[in-house]
Amino acid sequence: MPIFWTVLIVLALGALGFVLGQRRALASAGDDHRKLHSRPIYYGWHVALVTAVPALLALICWLLIDNESALRLAPATLVIAVAGMGFALAHISRAFRARNAVEQVIRGLLILSSTIAILTTIGIVLSLVFESISFFRLYPWQSFFFGLEWTPAFQGNSSLGVLPLLWGTLYISLIALLVAVPIGLFAAIYMSEYAAPRIRGLVKPAIEILAGIPTIVYGLFALVTVGPLLRDWIAQPTGLGEGASSVMTAGLVMGIMLIPFVSSLSDDIINAVPQSLRDGSLGLGSTHSETITKVVLPAALPGIVGAILLAASRAIGETMIVVLGAGAMAQISGNPFEAMTTITTRIVSQLTGDNDFASPETLVAFALGLTLFVLTLGLNVLALYIVRKYREQYE
Amino acid sequence: MTDLTQTPAAIPTPTPAPRKGSLMVADKATIRRNRAEARFKAYGIGAICIALIALVFLLFTVIRDGAGAFQQTYVSIPVTLSADVVDPKGNRDPAEMAKVLTMSYGKLMDAALTDWMAANAVQIEGLSQADIKGFFSGQASAELRNMVLADPALVGQQVDATVLASSRVDGMFKGRVTDESAARDAKTSSQQIALARAMEEKGALVTRFNSDFITNPDASDNRPEAAGIGVAMLGSLYMMLIVLVLALPIGVAASIYLEEFAPKNRWTDLIEVNISNLAAVPSIVFGILGLAAFINFMGLPRSAPIVGGLVLTLMTLPTIIISTRAALKAVPPSIRDAALGVGASRMQTVFHHVLPLAMPGILTGTIIGLAQALGETAPLLLIGMVAFVSTYPSAPPEGLMDPASALPVQVYNWATRADPAFFERSSGAIIVLLIFLLCMNLLAIFLRRKFERRW
Repeated sequence: MPIFWTVLIVLALGALGFVLGQRRALASAGDDHRKLHSRPIYYGWHVALVTAVPALLALICWLLIDNESALRLAPATLVIAVAGMGFALAHISRAFRARNAVEQVIRGLLILSSTIAILTTIGIVLSLVFESISFFRLYPWQSFFFGLEWTPAFQGNSSLGVLPLLWGTLYISLIALLVAVPIGLFAAIYMSEYAAPRIRGLVKPAIEILAGIPTIVYGLFALVTVGPLLRDWIAQPTGLGEGASSVMTAGLVMGIMLIPFVSSLSDDIINAVPQSLRDGSLGLGSTHSETITKVVLPAALPGIVGAILLAASRAIGETMIVVLGAGAMAQISGNPFEAMTTITTRIVSQLTGDNDFASPETLVAFALGLTLFVLTLGLNVLALYIVRKYREQYE
Repeated sequence: MTDLTQTPAAIPTPTPAPRKGSLMVADKATIRRNRAEARFKAYGIGAICIALIALVFLLFTVIRDGAGAFQQTYVSIPVTLSADVVDPKGNRDPAEMAKVLTMSYGKLMDAALTDWMAANAVQIEGLSQADIKGFFSGQASAELRNMVLADPALVGQQVDATVLASSRVDGMFKGRVTDESAARDAKTSSQQIALARAMEEKGALVTRFNSDFITNPDASDNRPEAAGIGVAMLGSLYMMLIVLVLALPIGVAASIYLEEFAPKNRWTDLIEVNISNLAAVPSIVFGILGLAAFINFMGLPRSAPIVGGLVLTLMTLPTIIISTRAALKAVPPSIRDAALGVGASRMQTVFHHVLPLAMPGILTGTIIGLAQALGETAPLLLIGMVAFVSTYPSAPPEGLMDPASALPVQVYNWATRADPAFFERSSGAIIVLLIFLLCMNLLAIFLRRKFERRW
């Protein structure tokens, strides 16, 4: 792989420049490094950076065009590296401010790294928006946003309405929150207000293990264990449903996944409530639980609402649990023991396998992704806003 | 309290409403309030118990279902490699022998099993030829063929072959296949079960540790007994290397800039808001980004670890940046002041003093970010990592472009296959995945305990 070799050669040239730069700098000062402006190592770094950085940047540019031109232009890359080294070596003199130059370059690299976050966001938005636009050219947006039918067919003529998917997503998230919020909140209250430090030290990490388990494990848990259990013990005896994949299965398992998320966020928020509020309430004669429900929780409420919104955004964007646990039926129904499908599930099923990027059936995944992105981003921004506003109150 | 007891007269005695009975006897309101208190506390304990029970139940089912993947049943019988089947030309030339199809070796195996039954006086009523053929894994005849091609001297001899039994026979020893399920299943029969019992008694069936599960690549739908996680582990390893090499330096550089150098202005605010929002973007959206940007736009190959690694890098960057910034923030300003005071430049202050002191925190955050990336599945599905890959990728750097799988994706892949034997493999792969995650988290905890400083 010559590109890899090009990179290696450029790096080797850089290392050579490092040595030559130091030597030349010392020689220019008559081997007395006190006469140099900077320590000799900075002269070395200066030459190395001027050798390697422009050459590597050029290589990246050519790779962005395509692989062939990067191969063809490999000699040019090396020429750039050598020219850079020559230029930098010629520049070295006793008075040359090598440290300032090197620090300037490093500062540039630091700034470049910090913009990658912005580039990622731009990349996400561009890839979602462009493909969504080409989807809406092929498929009317009214039928996408207000359509009640989801029946993709690869021979064309499919109905691609988002509402059944949105319904499934929100229904499953609701059940997940109904499970996670009470359990997570009570666990957090108990741990921060009642538990002895020793018990807290044991229980808190144990609950946080739940957060470290990959979602695919929860997905398999839903598919193999929880689904059949719910079917055999609840759905079939009551005649509510026949399948193991259901809204309830996915919601329940997702709820378990969200418990540590809700509990650790609430824990932080409850701990941030000033002790003086508790002392005042206890001093007036209220019991511990009265203090919590009447004083601590109202004070922590905005933060807890923020935590719940963040959990909701997690639930809406969760993929593996619903792919394995919720089924594939796109329908709007109130029965939690029926299979339904979600936005994330459909993105996976439309984009795995062979894709034809000119058909609305594939491109719809990008419109779904855009819907999901906007939905979760909105929830996050709202949650962060609420949490930030709340924090200002006590600081 | 001592003041109170010594000078009771100094305190003006309040005049409460006359209270009937003693303070020692709780009145109705107190009883009600105490009950509410106890109930509230019980809710808390109940919530914690539910969470812990869910955790234990989850881990228990995974281990129960997956432990079987580490055991495998092998058939160990003498096989006669008759020369007229494996070497029809009779010249022991491996090139010529390679023309003999795997199927012929299958017939040898079937004959060997029939011979074994005759030799050991095992008779099973109604045992058909198909039952005998279905007794072996599809992999068994291929293994035998490879053995012969590697050593042509074996031709014409009788060798003691230990080959994979089919997944149904294997399932019998793991309790997955019973007489009832065999009657319903077209691929197995109660005669096969009887034969397996007889063979076990005579020691011709052995169950031992399944090292192939760790090293083998994935296998096709009808031979779950041969499927392994070798390629998936290698693919995951490649991706983790890419994430480490890219995300750690970029994340640390970005954090240094934001924490130590960035001026307080709109641009910095924008970057910070961006990072906190990116941390909460659903992982599947990163998959869409990978598909659109890296595969469709930049033309990188599908299913390649390089694309997976890049996507996971972008995903873990916010985690690493957030924890690195916290670690940098924890270094007290006095360190910076001292370094600046003796004449170091700001860059020297950061790289010579602040960064080394923040390193344990940075490494802990990086390991936790890597653990997250290792368990991530959804974005990898979209960039084609779910494809069936049965060959190992070559060594890096070329291997980064070869198709590979990843551990969590392999779990998903097996979970969606029809044969229940794959569920066991799936849970087995989860056990391996969880062991890796456990080790990474323990390492993070160790680093934190050992090197963390409190100022």
